[in-house]
Amino acid sequence: MAKVTFNTERCKGCGLCIPVCPKQIISLDTSAFNAKGYHVAGVKEMDKCIGCASCARMCPDVVITVEK
Amino acid sequence: MAVVFEKTKMLTDTPFHYCPGCTHGIIHRLVAECVEELGMQNQCVGVAPVGCAVFAYNYFNCDMMEAAHGRAPAVATGCKRVHPENLVFTYQGDGDLASIGCAEITHAATRGEKITAVFINNAIYGMTGGQMAPTSLPGQVTTTSPYGRDVNSAGYPIRMSEMLATLNGPAYIARVSVHDVPHIIQAKKAIKKAFEYQLAGKGFSMVEVLSTCPTNWGMTPQDALKWLVDNMIPYYPLGVMKDIGTEKEGE
Amino acid sequence: MGKKMLMKGNEAIAEAAIQAGCHYFFGYPITPQSQVPEYMSKRLPQVGGTFLQAESEVAAINMIYGAAGSGARSMTSSSSPGVSLKQEGISYIACAELPCLIVNMVRSGPGLGGIQPSQGDYFQATRGGGHGDYYMPVLAPASVQEAVELTQLALDLADMYRTPAMLLGDGLIGQMMEPVEMPDYKPYKKLPEKTWAATGWDGKRERAIINSLIIEPDRLEKHLHHLDEKWNRIRAEECRWQEEMTEDAEIVIAAYGTTARVCRSAMRMARAEGIKVGLLRPITLWPFPYDALSRLADTADKFLTVEMSLGQMVEDVRLAVNGKKPVEFYGRFGGVVPTVREVLNKIKAMKEGK
Repeated sequence: MAKVTFNTERCKGCGLCIPVCPKQIISLDTSAFNAKGYHVAGVKEMDKCIGCASCARMCPDVVITVEK
Repeated sequence: MAVVFEKTKMLTDTPFHYCPGCTHGIIHRLVAECVEELGMQNQCVGVAPVGCAVFAYNYFNCDMMEAAHGRAPAVATGCKRVHPENLVFTYQGDGDLASIGCAEITHAATRGEKITAVFINNAIYGMTGGQMAPTSLPGQVTTTSPYGRDVNSAGYPIRMSEMLATLNGPAYIARVSVHDVPHIIQAKKAIKKAFEYQLAGKGFSMVEVLSTCPTNWGMTPQDALKWLVDNMIPYYPLGVMKDIGTEKEGE
Repeated sequence: MGKKMLMKGNEAIAEAAIQAGCHYFFGYPITPQSQVPEYMSKRLPQVGGTFLQAESEVAAINMIYGAAGSGARSMTSSSSPGVSLKQEGISYIACAELPCLIVNMVRSGPGLGGIQPSQGDYFQATRGGGHGDYYMPVLAPASVQEAVELTQLALDLADMYRTPAMLLGDGLIGQMMEPVEMPDYKPYKKLPEKTWAATGWDGKRERAIINSLIIEPDRLEKHLHHLDEKWNRIRAEECRWQEEMTEDAEIVIAAYGTTARVCRSAMRMARAEGIKVGLLRPITLWPFPYDALSRLADTADKFLTVEMSLGQMVEDVRLAVNGKKPVEFYGRFGGVVPTVREVLNKIKAMKEGK
């Protein structure tokens, strides 16, 4: 049981978190923008998250908090 | 559930101004986490450069100084000599450290100044809009090498880590990269070791971090990571260039 | 006061700074000031201070930025070409409001010039010197004893106003030996605590950021207003000069440093010949004693400025006199020191209306 939280207002939609996720559960939400105008990253199937924190380590903007 | 990863308190809440996908942010985090893990957050002074990281003083949650272009090692020297108990680091890009500040970094290194330089090599001038850097690769197209870096005229890119490792003053010099998670973990270990050597009074330490500049390289953040691996690492091999901890006595 | 000693100007300046608690020196050798770093390298380790011979003047002034930004009394010294190299750092230090002392033992320029005394750096010193809108207090001693006193005052002014301060000596002041009494140092006023220094942040005060980058025009304009207010306070409170025999003078000479001593002798010889000459010697070149000269423009007939330059301070004298009376100039330069006889001849020519 693990959970990742995205501080979406800091996210710049660079997508570097997406390929490093071993479960391939991160995607950019192309239907919405944050205040800065970026499509932000998020997880739809949180139950698949293993809490490895790869996404958080790769994120250049320290957007992601990981709980396990 | 317990928090296994969150933003370190050694970073302020101010969002980074860096472009999307720029790896400066990763390196900021690593530096900040190392300071916190060493328990030095109350005894730390960072020196920011001129270049993309010019606003670094807004992000590192400690006392900071903003230096003139290339002069961060001299500023850090003055700072460290007054408060030798403090952890003092510079954070410098390739134009700052390897071009205009070549004398300052070289002499801080050879003096064995007990400071740590975090050297960001992304092979380009980012802040000023993508001009050729001392570290731009042969043939690399930039706004001041529009036909590609011609080594007959512009000379060859400079390998600072190898050069400084020939000096007696440095205690630890390593080149790392942040293009994937395993390398990011390695990079953090190197920065931490550099700080530990400083605190142990062993001498000068520097960690060169290969970094990307998607905006000025004209690539997506993901392609920029691949370009770094394919082009930069062959010219700038990763590894520990100097570590007095592993040298035998009398060497 | 301690006992009287025979000291070289450069060494007396160094000792005076140490006595005033300036225990951090960063510099680079250059003639004719190298006795300052030499003396510091010997004495500072004895008082637990730091002497560091930097790789360049540029590095030295940036080490000062770091040391002053960390809250320490610190100084550097150099001579003209070296001070030109330091200008980048001085501009940053002025904007970041860091107190420090810069000693310039002026030699003749431009370029590599020569190594003999000059006053050719007056413009550079009194107009900030580097890029941007700033000033700093500039003190010009005329004897080794005064060099001692002004070194300590410059360190105090720097701390008082959070500004770089300069001691501007012509090469002669640095090189000559004179009897000196080292005073028991005491600050000229109660100096403020350096609560702004970057010493390591414990979270109990605001985070210290030593910085000269203010990217938003509105904020930078506000900061410049703040600096301007500070410069005006220094102008109002710290201007220093000396007047000799100006009350009845028909000719007033304006001269500073070594040149003022030459002019003093010429003044006495002129007086002996019945010509009423007075001397106004600026001690602070910035702030410049405009008001004192302006007052003398009401009583004197003519002004003479004597400098070891092509004529730099004379522009300030003209600004002060403001067209009320004629202002003449006599200069020797390139390392040549004007003689008493030359100045006397100039005085006589002025008296005769030539």
